[in-house]
Amino acid sequence: MANDGAVVVGPASVDHGLDGVGSDAAESGLVARAHMFGLSVARIATYRLVHVQFAESVADQDAALEELANSLLVDPIGQWWSPAGDHDALADTDGIAANDSFDRDRGVVIETGLRPGVTDREGAELVRAAGEIGIELVAATVGNRYAIESSDADLDVGELARRVLHNDVIERWAEGSLPPAFADLSASAPATQSISLDGLDADGLAEVNKRRRLGLDPEEMVEIQRHFGEIGRAPTDAELETLAQTWSEHCAHKTFRASISVSDGSEVDGLLKSLLRAATDTIDAPWVRSAFVDNAGIVRFDDDYDIAIKAETHNHPSALEPFGGSNTGVGGVVRDILGVSAKPIAVSDILCFGPTEIDPSDVPEGVLHPKRIREGVVAGVGDYGNKIGVPNIAGAIVHDPAYTTTPLVFAGCLGLLPNGSNPTEAAAGDSIVVFGGAVGRDGVGGATFSSQTMAAETAEVAGSSVQIGDPIVEKGLIDVIVAARNARLYTAVTDCGAGGLSSAVGEMAEKLGAEVDLQMVPRKYPGLAPWEVWLSEAQERMVVASPDPEPLLELAERWGVGAAVIGTFTGDGRLLVRDGDATLIDIDCEFLHDGRPRRQMTAIAPDTARSDRQGIDGYDPASLLLQLLAHPSIRSNEDVVRTFDHEVLGGSVVRPYGGAAGDGAADGTAMVPPGTSGERAVAIGIGVNALLGDIDAEAMAWHVIDEAVRNVVLAGADPKELSLLDNFAWGDPTDPETLGTLVAACRGCHDYALLIGAPFVSGKDSLYNVFVGPDGSKDPVAPTLVISAVGIVKDLDVVPVTGLLEAGDDIWLVGPTAGALGGSHLDDVLGSDHGGSVPRPDPVSVARHHDMAIAISAGLVRSAHDVSDGGLAVAAAEWALAGRLGLDLDVETKPEVLFGEGSGRYLVEVSPTNRAEFERLVPWAKRIGEVTAEPTLALGVVSLTLDDVAAAWNGHVDRGSLANAERGVA
Amino acid sequence: MKPTVLIPIALGTNRDGDLADAFRLAGAEPVQVPLSALRAGDVTLSDHQMLAVPGGFSYGDALGAGRLLGLDLAGWFGDQLHAAVAAEMPIFGVCNGFQALVRAGILPGADRSAVLTDNDSQRFECRWVTMEASSSRSVWTSGLTEPIRCPIAHGEGRFVVDDAEALAEADQVALRYVAVDDDGVVSAAGGAFPTNPNGSMADIAGVCDESGLVLGLMPHPENHIVARQDPLRGRRVPGMANRGLCVPLFESGVAAIR
Repeated sequence: MANDGAVVVGPASVDHGLDGVGSDAAESGLVARAHMFGLSVARIATYRLVHVQFAESVADQDAALEELANSLLVDPIGQWWSPAGDHDALADTDGIAANDSFDRDRGVVIETGLRPGVTDREGAELVRAAGEIGIELVAATVGNRYAIESSDADLDVGELARRVLHNDVIERWAEGSLPPAFADLSASAPATQSISLDGLDADGLAEVNKRRRLGLDPEEMVEIQRHFGEIGRAPTDAELETLAQTWSEHCAHKTFRASISVSDGSEVDGLLKSLLRAATDTIDAPWVRSAFVDNAGIVRFDDDYDIAIKAETHNHPSALEPFGGSNTGVGGVVRDILGVSAKPIAVSDILCFGPTEIDPSDVPEGVLHPKRIREGVVAGVGDYGNKIGVPNIAGAIVHDPAYTTTPLVFAGCLGLLPNGSNPTEAAAGDSIVVFGGAVGRDGVGGATFSSQTMAAETAEVAGSSVQIGDPIVEKGLIDVIVAARNARLYTAVTDCGAGGLSSAVGEMAEKLGAEVDLQMVPRKYPGLAPWEVWLSEAQERMVVASPDPEPLLELAERWGVGAAVIGTFTGDGRLLVRDGDATLIDIDCEFLHDGRPRRQMTAIAPDTARSDRQGIDGYDPASLLLQLLAHPSIRSNEDVVRTFDHEVLGGSVVRPYGGAAGDGAADGTAMVPPGTSGERAVAIGIGVNALLGDIDAEAMAWHVIDEAVRNVVLAGADPKELSLLDNFAWGDPTDPETLGTLVAACRGCHDYALLIGAPFVSGKDSLYNVFVGPDGSKDPVAPTLVISAVGIVKDLDVVPVTGLLEAGDDIWLVGPTAGALGGSHLDDVLGSDHGGSVPRPDPVSVARHHDMAIAISAGLVRSAHDVSDGGLAVAAAEWALAGRLGLDLDVETKPEVLFGEGSGRYLVEVSPTNRAEFERLVPWAKRIGEVTAEPTLALGVVSLTLDDVAAAWNGHVDRGSLANAERGVA
Repeated sequence: MKPTVLIPIALGTNRDGDLADAFRLAGAEPVQVPLSALRAGDVTLSDHQMLAVPGGFSYGDALGAGRLLGLDLAGWFGDQLHAAVAAEMPIFGVCNGFQALVRAGILPGADRSAVLTDNDSQRFECRWVTMEASSSRSVWTSGLTEPIRCPIAHGEGRFVVDDAEALAEADQVALRYVAVDDDGVVSAAGGAFPTNPNGSMADIAGVCDESGLVLGLMPHPENHIVARQDPLRGRRVPGMANRGLCVPLFESGVAAIR
């Protein structure tokens, strides 16, 4: 097209005398990734490729292009630009040839760009900025050009593009030049269709179900057929899609609400109602303001403020497009918090990946390599939290082969709101106002997609379900919603999550009914079918109800956030959605929300019998300890955590990494919520375990709740005032054995929550985490329960520090000396199950948590570390390294003592002057040794230097000059 | 009456609240306003005694960190900004605000060419650093009697200037990254990661303009205004209620108001 222009922007070469200004590190990362896939490349140079579409008003396009490049695209130092012509051969490339010492004879050029419709923040900002300098653009998009140097004449360019340089779900690529894909602004929208179910038999209904990827149960299709038969017309596509979204596992939690018959003769009247909520109802905690009913749980913080908490999963999207999946996962849970009128103040992330060192040939077709998934997911989590300015204060990373085909991404968020400031009463006559980004095709069908299993071909069909987040829009949303809340401008609020407007408006209209005109909904581009506008999950949007929308619209404009009135709540109990004059949806809210037939399911109670423990051949505790310290689920995650902003908002008190040299792992973390008195902090602890779920899911539930509780106790929280979040990631619940383990885990949750008096206030289930291979084989995820515990720190002065503090202090072990080895990390390192009992539910551990908290509040605990994955030996090693001090512990070196795992166990540092007092307060404690100045870890006859510990535990972390300067410093 | 400090907020700015807290503690009254209000003329820079451009990801760092905010500042308020500099108003830019002031040509000034580009490590880094004042010209660092600690949180913080020596000779290098050992002995970072966390030339963490009234820096002193924020709490720093090490920086700026 005559109105197109393009430039390529590159980093400096050595000619500028600024060696290294550019992307050397990024470049070597790409080369390394290529080598991992057996692709022989010597160099990959990356250049930005900017395509623009000029408006008619731009007369001299060459001059405009030059002005754009110089004013907006190129740094004055260290970068160059040139017009990007066609580049079918590298010999033609201008900028690359002119500015780089590139061997053109051995080169190939690959260009990549976003697919049309995918969020392109840079392109949008370029259009805006160009306008500011007087150059009118219709559109702009930013992609990459890669110049690849390879001596391999048979280099598989397609493989290089797919594996290393781009992701087909959101991007396109070409060898040579890739024409830009601007959205077609002249596209016309398809009309709403009726889809007749009349007379269809089971197979016919199943065919409709499959063709439209509705993901409904057969009984549900029959019920929809019956309903529309009764009212005498065919459903529209929009009605079917709305029902599919509203009745999806993601939105309706049909497994957690199902009636379940278990093979042991018991019946479960809904996992949610009879176990999780039942625990909460029985505990009836006075600090709980809202549990399960809203977008997030709400608990009391102090006399003035409440805390909102929520954790979500974003597994399926993260498997396909790791960056976008985890990015929107964070965005989604932040919106959940905003959906209860709370200001987001912290995020958390719990990530489960396959082994990153796995041979690429062992990764099934259609699955991204775990290393690439991990890199993308970590980058996506960091990008979102960093950009919205919410600190990432807690998390965990677990690696296990069970997650190779089904990685798990859990994202959590904490929010702050003045007591009782979340209005939940929309009234008939209130306007429906939508805030945030315009609607595009990205994210259509998120809820139904996430409620189905993944297959090898899913990447091809799911493209439109996967999105890229736009955190900057969400940051604006936070500002607008908080300001609107403070000014009491709305009567109810919810977020557009999976299901988009359909679920947001649908939920708010459940008791009232609503009328919506989609013509009022801002769109990114034309050509969207009405049902797509209604269902697009496109992130970063909130819906509020307001009797007087005008001030809201003014507020939004002031903050630069899109806003539109799209309809009203009517009070007639019907959901009526129009697109101008055409009616898409005219449905009874009662049928939409309560018409779904309840699922009847069967479960087989798991067999948890264990064989006797076998001995370990050639038991070498020192070597095993080093292997455990290097275990990918145990070793330091500092390399990841340092890419997340955990300081913004200025509230951090206990950070994920601390200690003498900043590399010691904390247990729980704590922050002072901004704007509060400064006298209290909120603490968060995480529990997760990849190894126990398949062996004994009920024991796993106890185990991970206990871990989360230990963590918050050590962050200074009061265990008598805790709240819990439950997040389940399971396989296909229609498989009775899978459902059996889910029932067992829920029973464990119920029992332990009651025992400790900590209610569940919110939760989420992600089911159908099963990968179906090209040959039809099924690979379910390991049953995984993530527990987040949130507590209140009432005295900041007594919070134990991270890492040992002073030589000569006593070391105490709280809890049993030996732990269990069944399902332990020791067995994982040994490579086989050596039998023996898993960590059993231990009711007494609750008393130990309480006594520890009493000792902490008495100021006796100088530092402490919980005994967790890898047992006492790993805990001692991490703790000593964190404090750059030694430990001399008088313990037996048998495996159950050094490496056994169990609940309610702590290592505690106490001054010898407080010996008697600590013993009195914590009768479960046993003095087992002391802190030493010498940097040695002595565990009975086992002895390691801190250098050995550091090499194993954080040798992979780039610590620069600190690594040498501080290692071994006593 | 307390002096007021104008804190402009672009789409994506996120440390404005932290900066407001710091100035409040230093005796000024922060006024946080969206850029749209400035552009509409509802708010005028000359009605305030200071300007502080906060950190964040204005416009999502599209086209380079701080570039579009710098364009806004230069394009919409260039006249006001230069008038403020001429009127000897203390001006502060932190992280993204620093990047924007550099892009807008306010820093380092004197027709010097400088950029803040990708960290040497090629990744976003969040960690605590130590800085030492190194200019007698900057009004902002005049109250610093010891090295200060605070976090960095950026991906594009590597300061590159056409002539680092000339900048130092002009006394415009306000703050440098340094190492401090347990005995309090200060030594130069010498470019070594992570003491110099981003590979900045000559360990430069912050620069001032020729007048000394405009300061830009990458680290976040606004995140160390109370002692409980210090990760060395309980190790080197007793107690939680004390002032943070970076408060004097803000107090010096407030004291420089004419």
